[in-house]
Amino acid sequence: MEKFTKLISTAVPLPIENIDTDQIIPARFLKATDKKGFGDNVFRDWRFTKDGTLDADFPINKPQYAGAKILVAGDNFGCGSSREHAAWAIVGYGFKVVISSFFADIFKGNALNNGLLPIQVTPEYLKELLAGIEANPELPITIDLENQVVEMAGVYAEQGRSTKAEFDIDPYKKVCMINGYDDIDFLLSKKAEIEAFEKERMVF
Amino acid sequence: MGKTLFDKVWDAHVVDTVDNGPQILYIDKHLIHEVTSPQAFNELEERGIPVARPDQIVATADHNTPTENQHLPIKDEMSRKQLQQLTENCEKHNITLYGLGHKYNGIVHVMAPELGITQPGMTMVCGDSHTSTHGAFGTIAFGIGTSQVGQVFASQSLLLNKPKSLRVSVNGTLAPHVSPKDVILYIISKIGTNAGTGYFCEYAGNVFEEMSMEGRMTVCNMSIEMGARGGMIAPDQTTFDYVEGRKFAPQGDAFAKAVSYWKTLPTDQDATFDKEYHFDAEDIAPMLTYGTNPGMGIKINGAIPEKGDMTFEKALEYMNFKGGAQLLDTPINYVFLGSCTNSRIEDFRIAASYVRGKHKAANVNAWLVPGSQQVAKQLEEEGLKEVFEEAGFALRQPGCSACLAMNDDKIPAGEYCVSTSNRNFEGRQGQGARTILASPLVAAATAIAGKIVDVTKEAVA
Repeated sequence: MEKFTKLISTAVPLPIENIDTDQIIPARFLKATDKKGFGDNVFRDWRFTKDGTLDADFPINKPQYAGAKILVAGDNFGCGSSREHAAWAIVGYGFKVVISSFFADIFKGNALNNGLLPIQVTPEYLKELLAGIEANPELPITIDLENQVVEMAGVYAEQGRSTKAEFDIDPYKKVCMINGYDDIDFLLSKKAEIEAFEKERMVF
Repeated sequence: MGKTLFDKVWDAHVVDTVDNGPQILYIDKHLIHEVTSPQAFNELEERGIPVARPDQIVATADHNTPTENQHLPIKDEMSRKQLQQLTENCEKHNITLYGLGHKYNGIVHVMAPELGITQPGMTMVCGDSHTSTHGAFGTIAFGIGTSQVGQVFASQSLLLNKPKSLRVSVNGTLAPHVSPKDVILYIISKIGTNAGTGYFCEYAGNVFEEMSMEGRMTVCNMSIEMGARGGMIAPDQTTFDYVEGRKFAPQGDAFAKAVSYWKTLPTDQDATFDKEYHFDAEDIAPMLTYGTNPGMGIKINGAIPEKGDMTFEKALEYMNFKGGAQLLDTPINYVFLGSCTNSRIEDFRIAASYVRGKHKAANVNAWLVPGSQQVAKQLEEEGLKEVFEEAGFALRQPGCSACLAMNDDKIPAGEYCVSTSNRNFEGRQGQGARTILASPLVAAATAIAGKIVDVTKEAVA
């Protein structure tokens, strides 16, 4: 897993609520047996028109957001299917961070296991962020994982906007993200404890 | 202070706790299928580590499988390859696989309970969000991502933070024609699709106590649709009677011993929950969804809300419905009776009792897809296959089918499908397909009428 400490990037606004993982990567693309290539089909049915061309109106396709590594989405992002392919597709497309006011549990876990940082902010700050991006698509946003802060470039402070927000992350997951560790390494280091537990437990 | 059912099962499986961090939870049973396991097997391969406990893993082929001509090689190359890979991985790692054609093959959440693999007090995981189904037995069962599938392969454990507790109580008497599917669709329509996020839910009250195991599975199955990782119902005599005698259930003295443990699991009187909801059974009616998430549900004779936010408007546009309108009399060309929510024998019995002696409407394509080979066998033995065939329906072979349309069972763009599955997301049943979630009874009535009809006006069978 790639290490994550700090990121400064522009962001794409996608202010739709309850974006489910079927939209992030439709089921017909789940037949691959490796993790590669899913980025090509991220948001497939929203990103492309019916005749298979890129839909110029879909935010991710707009030239002003090209190269953005942050996705800012509406409430309850990643609900629905447990498919980790959704995280692989978002990472594969080039995003490193998803910001929303709420994440579905399984998606959040899947994201963290793939070096994709899900940042939960208040609905108020999400609104500020979306307005900020809309006013200036080139607005740089800083993600500082060490200090758990997300910040829009300073210009908005002069207009009395709240530009900065702190976010929570599980301390264990933070260490994993910063160092590029994953859970398998950790669990394997606990093999003796797991085996001792197995000897004691009620057998099914 | 007393403990909840969830606390009791969780605490009995904690191997260790990381300081200021997650806990290591031991997993009793790991279910796998072809779609979310290959990358996890690759991960082990790359790291050169073995599967820790192959005898605690059961595999089946379901998401991708065709529902016709299962004896022939699969036409779709990608699907064939994915299933082949599952077979090879299971052989290599000594994992039991109930592949296509095996008498125990079926949808993972249908075949595991019917084989007695699912038992009260267990921890169970699967790379599928509807693993919550198994909570019907008083089991902590939840869906996981593929990285976690790899973790369970490697260690038979998972690193997790203990979720908060939620209780949804429904008491009173359900009206005729109201089924377990309606109960859960009603609950989600009331509390929304993210009310359960961060929580594990317990369903309590006489409505669930009086429900069959199959009904309880339908309810727990859709816990994920309100955001909860899982739902649970306390094990009781109904649970014990269902488990007893099944192939992998404990037998004889071992069963009696297990039951005496299972009886200690229900939530203590003085236990408290982080969040509680109460509903009256009398307020529940047969339900339909009108939008593109399972929370967008109304009573069958109710009206679509007038106005909503941007997400609401987007959903209505996709479904081509108008705010304030009723869904009754909407012509429907596709009906899907199947999925891990409603493909059990009881679901087909209810549908058959309605269909018997009637004939499906000419405009309807009705897909009846049993959840497992064993359900398919039962359908024949009970003469239900005949009832459906006389009514013009065709029974297909088991699999996930048009619930997620990974195989050829896709609803064409723009068509409405009354579906007993669990998700009405955009494109879920095929690109552009418009899904209306409903109970098996409502699905059967739709197939006969060729349009949505008010089943509450029908005589009680």
